[in-house]
Amino acid sequence: MPKDHGIGASQKRREDVRFLTGAGQYTDDINVHGQAYVYFLRSDVAHGKINSIDTAAASAMPGVVRIFTGADFEGVGGLPCGWQVTDKHGEAMKEPAHPVLAQGKVRHVGDPIAAVVADSLEQARNAAEAIDVDIEELPAVVDMKAALNAGATKVHDDLSDNLCYDWQFGTDTETVDAAFAAAAHVTKLELRNNRLVANPMEPRVALGEYNRAKDESTLYTTSQNPHVIRLLMGAFVLGIPEHKLRVVAPDVGGGFGTKIFHYAEEAFCTFASRKINRAVKWTSSRSEAFMSDAHGRDHVSTIELALDADNNFTALRTDTYANMGAYLSTFASCTPTWLHGTLMAGNYKTPAVQVNVKAVFTNTVPVDAYRGAGRPEATFQLERVIDKAARELGVDPIKLRRQNFITSFPYATPVAVEYDTGDYNATMDKMEELMDIPGFAARRAASEAKGKLRGLGINCFIEACGIAPSNLVGQLGARAGLYDAATVRVNATGSISVMVGAHSHGQGHETVFPQVVAEMLGIDESMIDIVHGDSSKIPFGMGTYGSRSLAVCGSAMVRATEKIINKAKKIAAHLMEASEADIELKDGQFSVAGTDKSVAWGDVTLAAYVPHNYPLEDIEPGLEETAFYDPANFTYPAGAYACEVEVDPDTGKVTIEKFVSADDFGNVVNPMIVEGQVHGGIAQGIGQALLENCAYDENGQLLSASYMDYAMPRASDLPHMANYTVDHSCQTPCTHNPLGVKGCGEAGAIGSPPTVVNAVLDALNSAGHKVAHIDMPVSPSRVWEAMNS
Amino acid sequence: MYAFDIERPTTVAEAVAALKDEDAQALSGGQTLIPTLKQRLASPSKLVSLSGIAETKGVSADGGTVTVGGGTTHAAVAAGASAYPALAALAGGIGDPAVRNRGTIGGSVANNDPAACYPAAVLGSGATVVTNAREIAADDYFQGMFTTALDEGEIITAVKFPVPEKAAYIKFEQPASRFALVGVFVAKYADGVRVAVTGASEEGVFRWTEAEAALSGNFSAGALDGLSVSADGMISDLHGTGAYRAHLVAVLTKRAVAAAG
Ligand SMILES: Cc1cc2nc3c(=O)[nH]c(=O)nc-3n(C[C@H](O)[C@H](O)[C@H](O)COP(=O)(O)OP(=O)(O)OC[C@H]3O[C@@H](n4cnc5c(N)ncnc54)[C@H](O)[C@@H]3O)c2cc1C
Repeated sequence: MPKDHGIGASQKRREDVRFLTGAGQYTDDINVHGQAYVYFLRSDVAHGKINSIDTAAASAMPGVVRIFTGADFEGVGGLPCGWQVTDKHGEAMKEPAHPVLAQGKVRHVGDPIAAVVADSLEQARNAAEAIDVDIEELPAVVDMKAALNAGATKVHDDLSDNLCYDWQFGTDTETVDAAFAAAAHVTKLELRNNRLVANPMEPRVALGEYNRAKDESTLYTTSQNPHVIRLLMGAFVLGIPEHKLRVVAPDVGGGFGTKIFHYAEEAFCTFASRKINRAVKWTSSRSEAFMSDAHGRDHVSTIELALDADNNFTALRTDTYANMGAYLSTFASCTPTWLHGTLMAGNYKTPAVQVNVKAVFTNTVPVDAYRGAGRPEATFQLERVIDKAARELGVDPIKLRRQNFITSFPYATPVAVEYDTGDYNATMDKMEELMDIPGFAARRAASEAKGKLRGLGINCFIEACGIAPSNLVGQLGARAGLYDAATVRVNATGSISVMVGAHSHGQGHETVFPQVVAEMLGIDESMIDIVHGDSSKIPFGMGTYGSRSLAVCGSAMVRATEKIINKAKKIAAHLMEASEADIELKDGQFSVAGTDKSVAWGDVTLAAYVPHNYPLEDIEPGLEETAFYDPANFTYPAGAYACEVEVDPDTGKVTIEKFVSADDFGNVVNPMIVEGQVHGGIAQGIGQALLENCAYDENGQLLSASYMDYAMPRASDLPHMANYTVDHSCQTPCTHNPLGVKGCGEAGAIGSPPTVVNAVLDALNSAGHKVAHIDMPVSPSRVWEAMNS
Repeated sequence: MYAFDIERPTTVAEAVAALKDEDAQALSGGQTLIPTLKQRLASPSKLVSLSGIAETKGVSADGGTVTVGGGTTHAAVAAGASAYPALAALAGGIGDPAVRNRGTIGGSVANNDPAACYPAAVLGSGATVVTNAREIAADDYFQGMFTTALDEGEIITAVKFPVPEKAAYIKFEQPASRFALVGVFVAKYADGVRVAVTGASEEGVFRWTEAEAALSGNFSAGALDGLSVSADGMISDLHGTGAYRAHLVAVLTKRAVAAAG
């Protein structure tokens, strides 16, 4: 019998009642009396010098309250970067100023030039059209390699060039070179990890409100981490102390990473509301989102794998160009380094691994973390090169991977991290079983009978989640701690509110977190609610990204609940006149071991708040505890994925016929929600592999600026449910957090893109087309061209 | 959107009169025009809604001709053009249900988007575009992308399709917009075969006359073996090169012939 309560129960998501009935409260649903609206006039050129901005005529238009330009932000801080990367020469990365509104130059299409605040959005937009901006267009820097050529146009005139940093990590060059020199076989591959637009269903929104009487600001914003925004905007941009600044992220309709970062529009609305003493609201249009939400990925890499005569991996070397865009977004610098280089060993015991990354400024929208953040880029390179090596050597790609698996744990990789636990053969076994590998030949024959090519793609992955041990990331350049926090407030009648630093924007925390507390206390989930998203209500936690919520914030909640149990046992011991050591808690009852004495959970909680009969000399009344939890290590979810595709040789169109994921997430609290996370992640990964393509032309114009040209995956692009299996039955619990959980939010998006591309290449090569690689998205046109070139 | 006035005539005559105002524009299903207005790419001072004109709605079949009123939605054609199954199927494959329940044949044919589906059916059937003022043969009507023979203020009231012996439309979707990356409409009439191609050419919808000649003698996919269209003048963009589109024209024409039976 599957459990229906506590840890392991597939409880339906309680938050869906409001999401599915239109009763959610998103930022755009919040309106403040007398609010004004802002419209941002954005650059339509990729690179240009601002000669002048004349707002006189526009200011006189109906409804205009005030027009702001970069000049209004002199002396105000720029948007900060949260991670300082040190390059291979020991120098700090280049950190150009990132003003809230452009100052002197515009650096990408969408860069805000001026902000019109008016009584209505329509009036603001009308006035924006009347602003006279004289911009002298400059050559645009778009291609990363060209950006690094001597004499290339500079995105930032005050920097020496367009190189943000040149980073090297892992095994030393001499050792790696020697391993390559001694190799029996070397496989090399050049590839691009395509730039993506996150496209959460809810566009970004910011509403800044100022209470002059109390000198307090409130920002309502679409964020994954309200406390991070309060810290960055308060301390670095606007200089508002924490006790005068409240940041609220209410219901948020999807984030996928792009709502982690601190954006200009948030700072603007807060700043402007203080200047005009009136609330200011901004709601992004979808078109604005394409040119102002941080983009994802965009790496160009060369990867080389060395093997000995027995096909053991002996060395790996990568050389990556990572696009930063025009400015450094909040975590842009760490994504291609510490979230990418540290995962380059993958699931394999390759003794020498060296990662080289050049981060480059270009006249494009800033690029930052997007579901998986660095780990998909690492996995894609590694698993593509392994697949290519298998084909070149004529060996079975499953066998080649198995032969090189890490099999004993803990395992310290050459790229700094230590995997605590895992069993890669177990997930591979599970994947092979579910995929029915022996049946592939017959399925291929059936496809061929229909005139289609069929391919099988295999992929393994590992990721680092549960971000992150603060002391470690501090050494690596993080400018923030990455612990989390929870307060468990038990009320007098026994109901509980848990205030958490994690933020739920689709993940289902409101359902899952109570399951954990309910399990620990033996009470019903309906007695427990989660409070999240409001800096004035929750402890200073760091929010949700990097599959960290349950592993880090959930652990804080466990620790706080343990404190509650300890105190409650003291109270129960007093009530039953027994020794605290003899008190047991089971099914919401405290009992004295070996006796039939017991008191109920509610009796104890009531005693805490009505302390008539209470050990006041020993403990305080009340029952509320807070815990901060800083993880000892990352967690390392891993898995084996497989997919079968059909390729139409006449059109190049790829369809996914069968997909299997076998993941090891450690312990699983709500299997249904985990499966939903993996389904969604795989859909996004398939989107990246087959459809999504954020492209610029050579002038820095965004070609895929709307859904007319940017292809999102739809249900019909995914395999039928009958041929789509997500499995998480292989479980090696995390060894260092109290729940033994690893995190499941990003796995699907990390594991699926190489699986799909490997399958397409298997289909083509098995049919005699010698195609080494196709860049994502593997569109019909690209497949057909690869087959016919 | 900029501010505009709106009129809601109930007859073609009233609509034509209302459109005489400078800067007035016809509004039908709004599936193309409303997004354009929202992006402030057009600024008509007055919109003349055609949605309330009953005489331009509906599908009728009579003596080998299917007549579709200019204000008939794609959904209504999909459901009602059973006398011309290839046309009904084409209409049923446009956009999504919301688009099909609002968008109209008149709007689509007036707009003449180079990737739209209806132009292929109109040209491929040798249909007649009927307006408030005249009847225009399909071969004279389409004049390059977004360009037609319509005069200022002229309203499409109906499109008359001669029903062929056999026909089929095959659309290869552009992955983002799901308009036609290339779409081919093939129709076999007693006096010959017509092949119309949408999505592919920088000149908009066009007839592939070599394929028509080959198929008129032998209506089978095999008759097209060795035939190809030139990549010159084909659209080349993010979603496919001109060479790829030219290749698809040949592939889809064969498939359309096979589907027509
Ligand atoms: C999401 C989406 C997907 C789509 N997918 C497809 C697709 O796959 N294939 C496809 O072919 N199309 C597609 N379309 C376009 C759709 O078919 C439109 O409905 C059609 O192009 C315009 O028809 P409408 O009635 O909406 O016209 P409107 O938008 O109202 O008008 C369009 C233009 O035609 C003029 N006009 C309208 N009616 C008349 C008339 N009777 N006489 C003269 N001029 C007139 C208007 O003044 C305007 O200039 C899609 C649209 C959307 C929004």
